[in-house]
This record gives sequence, structure tokens and C-alpha cells, in this order.
Amino acid sequence: MTITEKILAAHSGRETVRPGEIVEADIDIFMGHDVTTPPAISMLEEQGIDTVFDRERIVLVPDHFVPNKDIKSAELAKRLREFAHKHAIPHYFEVGRNGVCHAILPEKGFVLPGTTIVCPDSHTCTHGAFGAFSTGIGSTDAAAVLATGKLWFKVPESMLFVVSGTLPEGVYSKDIILSIIADIGVDGALYRAMEFSGPAISALSMEARMTVTNMAIEAGGKSGIIAADEKTDDYLRGRARKAYTPVASDEDAVYVSEHMYDVSALEPLVAVPHLPSNGRPARELAGVRIDQVVIGSCTNGRIEDLRIAADLLEGNVVAPTVRALVIPASTEVWTDAMKEGLFEIFTDAGAAVSLPTCGPCLGGHMGILAKGERCVATTNRNFVGRMGHPESEVYLASPATAAASAIAGSIADPRDYL
Amino acid sequence: MLMKGRAHVYPRAHINTDEIIPARYLTSDDEAELATHAMEDIDAGFVKSVCAGDFVVSSQDFGCGSSREHAVWALRGAGVQAVIADSFARIFFRNAINNGYAAIELPGASEKISSGDELEVDLEKGYIRNVTTSETYAFTPFPPFVVEMLRCGGLLRKIAGAKKG
Ligand code: SF4
Repeated sequence: MTITEKILAAHSGRETVRPGEIVEADIDIFMGHDVTTPPAISMLEEQGIDTVFDRERIVLVPDHFVPNKDIKSAELAKRLREFAHKHAIPHYFEVGRNGVCHAILPEKGFVLPGTTIVCPDSHTCTHGAFGAFSTGIGSTDAAAVLATGKLWFKVPESMLFVVSGTLPEGVYSKDIILSIIADIGVDGALYRAMEFSGPAISALSMEARMTVTNMAIEAGGKSGIIAADEKTDDYLRGRARKAYTPVASDEDAVYVSEHMYDVSALEPLVAVPHLPSNGRPARELAGVRIDQVVIGSCTNGRIEDLRIAADLLEGNVVAPTVRALVIPASTEVWTDAMKEGLFEIFTDAGAAVSLPTCGPCLGGHMGILAKGERCVATTNRNFVGRMGHPESEVYLASPATAAASAIAGSIADPRDYL
Repeated sequence: MLMKGRAHVYPRAHINTDEIIPARYLTSDDEAELATHAMEDIDAGFVKSVCAGDFVVSSQDFGCGSSREHAVWALRGAGVQAVIADSFARIFFRNAINNGYAAIELPGASEKISSGDELEVDLEKGYIRNVTTSETYAFTPFPPFVVEMLRCGGLLRKIAGAKKG
């Protein structure tokens, strides 16, 4: 069996499972945020369901529209907070201790190899970086999990992505995943588990691995997964909330397809509007004028990403025609960046540093685009209207490419600034 | 269970949830309010032209992107009776079924059906009759697990029913 099949089998009390079978699996961790969990809470109330499956295994993180952007978003956040208080849920991360939920969950040691994790948010696939089965669900699913601790799944077929070679300077894990999505398309992994392995994946830090699994959904994947190794253990030392048993795919595991990549000649990529699969070499897009740069989100808002951006921005200035926004993905990242002196580098360069929030990533607040404006962002989606006006444009790139573009005032290849 | 209505065809692939209900409206989860913005970023005239009981017909990977169930609620609130597409993104499909709302997979749907066509859909027997063109298309009937969910009116009703015994 594959790692995904093994985890699903173990969580549904079965010896084996086969792709296509529908199983009811136990959920180890449920996470919820301020947009999609309040509707689940209302559904539970409507059905008269007054208890939760296990308050210790529920993690609630307001992140999308907080600090509250308006009265309506304040009401949403309030419904989440009141639910947390009513059920005495200990793992509720209020503003000031919060961040983008997908940054908080691994950082606080909830994401463990071999476990099942769900959240009504499509980027829940991020947590597969730790060898967990982790997938996005809807609000009704969320209500079902909160009530029962279980959820139905169709066991996905698995696709194997073996990535070898050494990343050239200026090229990062964001470029790896953009190139894979460009290769297989936005529905290339529809309904399937994307399993990543190979020397180039092993060489990545946990932060960089999360960038890869985060974007599995942009290829339509149900989940992205990377088997745990020593780097996983190192990251989890001092963080893990429990002991864990890593799971790995069997030698004879069956994959619906296998894809081989060599990253040795990979270039910095930029996914042009309006699909994440539109990856093109940054160099080819040189000179495309931009109005805004966003460095942040659950894809690339971790400390390593901020360090990369700071490296490029140090001693440089953001072009006068550009607004550069740096949004640390969590309070921990924010504090680390402050202590390391990164904020000084950003502000000296003329970039603004914001509080941890999803903010502009989904067109929420703190950096919305006007009609006709263009933004290079380290986020994961460049759909129509994603960051504001339906006639604005989002270009997806690595933190290095975003920082280089901020300096140039137009899309730029970061290798020119190293 | 026979459903009748008119088709609104969006032949493009990968219509995403940001187009079905833009994130700027997600500060509400009220179905009636969401409905006033259904499909706004792909067809600003949709809400005016849709009638209760109509169908949305589209191509591959309908509903890709975010997990927002608001996409299902917005369409249902606007009166759309079911969505018919070549294929669906996973979470949209899940959300539809969990709401007891039909998402019907029919390869080539957007080529076979034109906007304005009158359709009759039989979920249990697995066919769509195009009254306008007198064609009939078969689709793979839903597995029993899904049929039960549709019959119960969604996942939560099913669970609440089980809890009450
Ligand atoms: S940072 Fe963006 S993609 Fe990530 S959870 Fe927030 S809104 Fe979604």
C-alpha cells in the first residue's frame, strides 16, 4: 500500500484499503478558521448537536479576515470565539497569538506523521509535508467531524513524483511545485494523492516542503504527502504534542502514474494570470510592470521565506511605483523576524510589514488590488479577482522572485540580484 | 426524482469558487445574501437571468479552488437546481453531495447542451433528457452511499438522524 492508503486503513479499522473504496476514518486533528467554521457551528446548532467529539483535538485559528476588517467579519470571528469558549476548547489562537492556520498547526506541534488532519480550507494539504494524511473539506464535513470525530473519504489513487537533482542558486521549492503544476495542469491530480519523494525533496527543509504540499490542491490533488525523515523528527523535537509512528509506502505500492523530474536546470518561475499552471520563466516576463508585491501566506510566509526576501532586499530599495507588503505567516514567524533584524531590512528598503493574517491573499483586506493593477505574490492562487478587482492580476512566484520584482518595479529574475 | 429546468451553459474549464462566489462576499454565510452574488465574476448578469429550477452546465473541473461551501449555497440560493459538468473539483463535489445537492458528471456536457435548452434530469435512473434537441444522455448513476446522502438531505441530517436513533 501507499503511505496514504496505510494511514486511511489504520484510521478506519481495516487491514487494507483500495483506491475507490469509501471508508469512514477517524480524524486526529480538526482545525477551523473564521470563514468556513462558523457556518459549521450554525449547522450543529440547527441540528441540536451540542457536544464536540474531543475538545483536545480541535484547533481554532481566526486568520482570514482578522484583525476584523469590518462589522460582518467581526461577527464571524465572534461566532468562532464564542464556540471555542462554550466548549472550553483549549487550542484557540486569538489575534496576537495567531497566524495563518496552516502555519500555526505545524508550528505548535499538532501535525504528526501517520495522522489524519482535516480543516474546511483547501490548503490543508500543506500538512502532508509531515507524512500525515491531510485534506481540505467543506463546512458540512466540518460539522460532521466536530460532532463525530469521523469523516467519509473515497480512498484516492496515488501519483508518485520523484524529484532529483540539486536546485540551482536562486531557485526554490516554490519553483519546483510551480513547474510540476505547469507540467500536469490544474486538474492533473484531480481526486488523487500526490506523493513526493526523491533526493531534491529530501534536501528541502520542512518549511520548503510545506510550500510543495501546500500547492497540491492547485493541481486538483486531494492531498500532498512526503514521508517523514530525520528532518521531520528534528523539526518536531520539542514541538510534537504526542509520540508518533511514521508511515511509509511499501516497495510494491501501486501508483496510478509516476513522474520523474530533475531540478538541476530549473529556472525561477512565475505563474501568470489566471491559473497556477501558467508557470513561465521569470526571465521571459522581465519588464512586465507591477504595482504591488506580497510576501506571505500559507505557501511562503514562514521565517525561511522572509530570510530569503530580506537577503535580496538588504541594501536595495523597493521601486517607487511599487507597494511591497511583507506578511509573516504567524506570530512566531513575526517575532523571529523581528529578533533577527529582518524588519529593519524590510522597512529600510521601503517595504511594509503587517500583522500575521491571510489578508490580501484571498482578496480579504490589507492590500486589495484596484482595477488593472498587477501584483507579484508568494501566494498560491492567481484566479480572476483573487486579490481584489476582477480586472486585477496576480502573478505567483517565490519570495526571491517577488523581492527581486519589488526592487525592479517589474517582474525580475532573482538571480540578477544575488 | 425528476427535475426540470433550463440550462445556463458556461463552456470554460476550471471555473473556480472565486468566480462562483468571490471571497469579498464571504463575510456572510447567509444563503439568500450569497445568492445575490452567484457567478458574479464570470457572468455579472447571471443572477438576473436565472430562474428557480434552472441548471448550470459547465466543462471540466467545475468548482476548483477554495473549499468554500458558500459556492454551493450561492448557486442553490440563486435557484440553481443542480450543476451538470464534464467533471468536478473534489471539494465542490463533496460539498454538493454533503448538502444533498446534485452535482452530475456528464463528459462532454458543455458541448451537448446549449444555453436555454430545456432539460429533464432523472437522478436515480441516471439520464438527462434534452427536451429542446430531443436527445437523451446517460450518466453514471450515483453510488448507493451518495444516493442515501441525497435522500437524507445531506450529511448532517444523516448524522443527526443517526444520533437520535
Ligand atoms: S494564506 Fe491564503 S491560501 Fe492560505 S489559508 Fe489564508 S487565504 Fe487561504
